[in-house]
Amino acid sequence: MDDDRKLELSRRGLLVGSAAAAAATAVPSAGTQATPLRPNPATMPVSFEVNGTRYDLDLDTRTTLLDALREHLKLTGTKKGCDHGQCGACTVLVNGERINACLSLAVQHSGDAVTTIEGLGTIEQLHPMQAAFIKHDSYQCGYCTPGQICSAVAVLDEIKRGVPSHAQVDIAARPDPSDAELRERMSGNICRCGAYSNIVEAMAEVAGART
Amino acid sequence: MKFDAPSGPNPIDRMKVVGRTTSRIDGPVKTTGAAPYAYERHDVVANQAYGYMLGSAIAKGRIKRIDTADAERAPGVLKIVTAANAGPFATSRHNTARLLAGPEIQHYDQAIALIVAETFEQARAAATLIRVDYARVQGRYDLAAQKDTAPLVGGSSGEGSAAAALRTGDFEAAFAAAPVKLDATYSTPDQSHQMMEPHASIAAWSGDELTVWTSTQMVAWAVQDLSHTFLIPQEKIRVLSPYVGGGFGAKLRIRADVVLAALGARAVGRPVKVAITRPQTMNNTVHRAATIQRIRLGCDREGRIGAIAHESLSGNLEGGRPVTATAQTRLLYAGLNRLTSMRQAVLDLPEGNSMRAPGAAPGMMALEIAMDEMAEKLGLDPVEFRIRNDTQVDPEKPDKRFSERQLVRCLRDGAAKFGWSRRPMRPAQRRDGSWWVGLGVSSAFHNSPAMKSAARVRLEPSGRILVETDMTDIGTGSYTIIAQTAAEMMGVPLDMVEVRLGDSHFPAAAGSGGQFGASNSTSGVYAACVKLREAVARQLNMEPDRAVFESGHVVADRRRVSLADVARGGALTGEDAIEYGDMSRSVHLSTFGAHFVEAAVHAYTGEVRVRRMLAVCAAGRILNPISARSQMIGAMTMGVGAALMEEMVVDKRFGFFVNHDLASYEVPVHADIQEQEVLFLDEADEMANPMKAKGLGELAITGVAAAVANAIYNACGVRVRDYPLTLDKLLDRLPRIA
Ligand code: FES
Ligand code: FES
Repeated sequence: MDDDRKLELSRRGLLVGSAAAAAATAVPSAGTQATPLRPNPATMPVSFEVNGTRYDLDLDTRTTLLDALREHLKLTGTKKGCDHGQCGACTVLVNGERINACLSLAVQHSGDAVTTIEGLGTIEQLHPMQAAFIKHDSYQCGYCTPGQICSAVAVLDEIKRGVPSHAQVDIAARPDPSDAELRERMSGNICRCGAYSNIVEAMAEVAGART
Repeated sequence: MKFDAPSGPNPIDRMKVVGRTTSRIDGPVKTTGAAPYAYERHDVVANQAYGYMLGSAIAKGRIKRIDTADAERAPGVLKIVTAANAGPFATSRHNTARLLAGPEIQHYDQAIALIVAETFEQARAAATLIRVDYARVQGRYDLAAQKDTAPLVGGSSGEGSAAAALRTGDFEAAFAAAPVKLDATYSTPDQSHQMMEPHASIAAWSGDELTVWTSTQMVAWAVQDLSHTFLIPQEKIRVLSPYVGGGFGAKLRIRADVVLAALGARAVGRPVKVAITRPQTMNNTVHRAATIQRIRLGCDREGRIGAIAHESLSGNLEGGRPVTATAQTRLLYAGLNRLTSMRQAVLDLPEGNSMRAPGAAPGMMALEIAMDEMAEKLGLDPVEFRIRNDTQVDPEKPDKRFSERQLVRCLRDGAAKFGWSRRPMRPAQRRDGSWWVGLGVSSAFHNSPAMKSAARVRLEPSGRILVETDMTDIGTGSYTIIAQTAAEMMGVPLDMVEVRLGDSHFPAAAGSGGQFGASNSTSGVYAACVKLREAVARQLNMEPDRAVFESGHVVADRRRVSLADVARGGALTGEDAIEYGDMSRSVHLSTFGAHFVEAAVHAYTGEVRVRRMLAVCAAGRILNPISARSQMIGAMTMGVGAALMEEMVVDKRFGFFVNHDLASYEVPVHADIQEQEVLFLDEADEMANPMKAKGLGELAITGVAAAVANAIYNACGVRVRDYPLTLDKLLDRLPRIA
């Protein structure tokens, strides 16, 4: 750090000493002209697939998968509600499993296949869960909705695969898409607009439990 | 269009589109992630830098020294903006606390710096390098400590207002003489909106013109407040907010995100975007302030209220407004002798401000438990007790009536539907396995304000209709009801209508808040459509009053012309506002309802489960039953939160809300919500507006928490007057198990 400071001082001296006064106006601001106090952040190359497209990125190692999607790939369908794993707005599917994209770093996902809300369906060709959400008015403001839909799709898959949950009376039995099961498994996805009972209706319809 | 006489028959009465269950027209963009919210506008302006807000670590005092040197030299940092270097800015009169503080600090986590950097990670990291030396002074953080000293206040939170102490008759004498009395004190905690989209903005300057893409409920208010803040005329400001990820009052007024983004953008000469982090929403922004409420009821033996008093204490920063918790009590029940008053303590906590049904929600949390307690003293069914005390006129001004008041029917229909007659009169009578089960009821009541609202409607050469208004859709379904209104008025199918919202370049609508959005914004569209219909008729030399608009055509005097043909030579435009005359003030435009709740209390652990909920409402014409129902169940869910879990815990030593995230400020999740049902009574309120509609977003939450509390009492016999009803308050008072 001391070396950095020395370097900075000498660079400043050079600027003052040798640059013409006119050149000083081209220097944008005190903040940008100074040499960084700390080394530039580490970046790392990472490649993964999002919605079937391969991306090769060079990312700040601190960048979350969520920010890689939203800020770098500009796939803003995945939402940031809390940025620390407490709301579910950022739910995406990684290799078919739902995760909170804010809770993992992008560089952890080398070789992974990520599916976001944009990859589930499009306005022209809605995924059945998207269509069911519209039919049952399973949202209001829409901000939790992409996360709810990704989670809902994954939950039905988990039930199909027999992944157990806390709501089951018999942990060894095969789970079924009962309302209690759906509610338990969806409880990591907060909807402050309170569309919960409509979300369960949509899921039950897609699961074939209700029409 | 001036609305000052009851609305006669009009084209909306056809109800071919309005009033029909209609899937949201913004559903496809919302469910596919294509709807862009404020922070996501990569498309609107290039070269956006990232801003990260740093909040104060003390609640009250001064910044002695703020050392930003290291942060300034951190990688990627473009600028550290503080009050000292931000350049000129003011505080809008609608903000109590300053949105960028220094050197004086008014509350914990008040913004003191914005770090602007090339990336979010760089800005966030640099924030940790700023060193601040504070001179902390002791603040006032304990509401109860000021119970006896806080002065009386009048004022308004925007909905309903009250002078300092309002008296009708002689409360003290009537209360003293009443044979059956209740005198009880209730408390409601500080609560947080916690909409899922935290406050976020992108700001860009072009010369002295400012454009912001933000998340606001009130576009025109944002323009005004930014104009005050940046000391530039309103014409030089453009605010865009087409999608809003919830607000519940938190986004009625501008907050730190937009001011900091604009200051940051001015400082670095490029666009800057700022999102308030989830933890910052708790202490940096606003909240619903806590209350302590004393309610006294005096009744005769038949259960008629003769004396009613409601006195409320709340706190706020110096210059802030009180919680108008007594407002509903002034109008809801009869009684000749009345007293309501508010006291306000000065607290150095973050700013208290509007949250869904400000005043009304916490007021009804108290009043509707008091009604339950009184019914029990009288040996009366709580539904019957409420019905017995209905009033068809304003109890303070008996010559002022309600345009519609169907409270009694809401209670009766709800009781029948819910199976209320099976409720045991005495508590702790019904067991279901390990659970005590009980039923609770409350009234719901909220006025439905008449507010000016404007819109522009254009008939395109294609025959399509384009509606433009600065109205917002915060989840309430504005896009859809506005499209329905235009479709009904112009006689075209819904898919021929396009709706553009949330842009200050469009005519100013009422905005979203205080359940004034739906009825007024659609009435504004109605007014604009009337103008457009006149323009169409004029073009065809038809008598406007005789022209019928249906199936994409205009028909009069045996002529039938398609709208596309009318506009073939050029688009036609109608622009107007709905404005209200004295009639709206001569009556109460009010909405009523009743909430019914079945709750189960675990006999061993005190855990509570809300099993069934029913709301019955009379709220004027329901424009879109499916989205209206969603507003209702959303508010019922929020009411469950208020009853059972929501509480910002005050650190009374250091003056901040401790539980500043969604893991510790709990809100209802899927598993908390079971069966919810909603019934709307038929009502078309001709005194309200040409749509004959009123609001219901606030109505929906009034009373819910009390109905839950009353159901818990009926289930297990434990009366809790101190919200939220967490299990620790039940546990040691649960009935003995035989
Ligand atoms: S944003 Fe990831 S869980 Fe909230
Ligand atoms: S739809 Fe608004 S938070 Fe779920």
